[in-house]
Amino acid sequence: MSMFKIFDVAGSAMSAQSTRLNVTASNLANANSVSSSIDQTYRARQPVFAAMLNDESGQSGMGEAVGVQVRGIVESQAPLQTQYAPDHPMADENGYIHMPNVNVVEEMANMISSSRSYQTNVEVVNTAKQLMMRTLTMGQ
Amino acid sequence: MSASVDSYFGMHEAALRLRAARAETIASNLANADTPNYQARDIDFKALMSEYQGTAGGASLRTTNSRHLNTTGDLGNPEAMYRVPNQPAVDGNTVDSQTEKAAFMENALQYQATLRFIDGQIKTLRSAIRGD
Repeated sequence: MSMFKIFDVAGSAMSAQSTRLNVTASNLANANSVSSSIDQTYRARQPVFAAMLNDESGQSGMGEAVGVQVRGIVESQAPLQTQYAPDHPMADENGYIHMPNVNVVEEMANMISSSRSYQTNVEVVNTAKQLMMRTLTMGQ
Repeated sequence: MSASVDSYFGMHEAALRLRAARAETIASNLANADTPNYQARDIDFKALMSEYQGTAGGASLRTTNSRHLNTTGDLGNPEAMYRVPNQPAVDGNTVDSQTEKAAFMENALQYQATLRFIDGQIKTLRSAIRGD
């Protein structure tokens, strides 16, 4: 029964989305982590998703399920925010502090998007399970 | 009634297989809703089903040449087609979550309807065997 693959596909998507949610949580938690040097400042991270294609041509026939994989997590190259705050305990010798390049609004949107996608995949698993159960009790 | 139980279910068996394959394809679309450059796909159920009925029904075409199309009533391995996007995304993804969710639910209902048909046929067969 080919329907078993739905569990693999939706499972891979749920795993990818929870990774994304984890990264978002990390970004939001460190949104205000100031440091005294550019090298030590936290940079926003983003996961990179890719489809798990079966054959090299990228084309699949009927019913070939395609899951999701997290290719890696990249650090944002956006410029860091530098603030002049000589009274700050973390200020460097010139009186500057460095703040992460986390865009809080973007991260909130990411959070909502990933949680919705996760929910969708849970629904898919539930429906597939229901269909399998009905199929198992066929003719009874 | 047909002599063999295998052909007794007729098109419902093929329909169930197609529905399961379509559920899988749409589940892949939903799973890849946030994957850059992923192209949403779907199976043309109507075309595949009429192809099956045209070949599996009594009126199958006679082949007189080896290059004639196969008409043995097999579903073969039809390619899933790419969906036409109605809202292009910047990252090259063509999945519309809402459309896919609706299609998935529709397909799940149709799968259950096909199951009901097969269920009914099994009940008919059983009552014929028992004779009550």
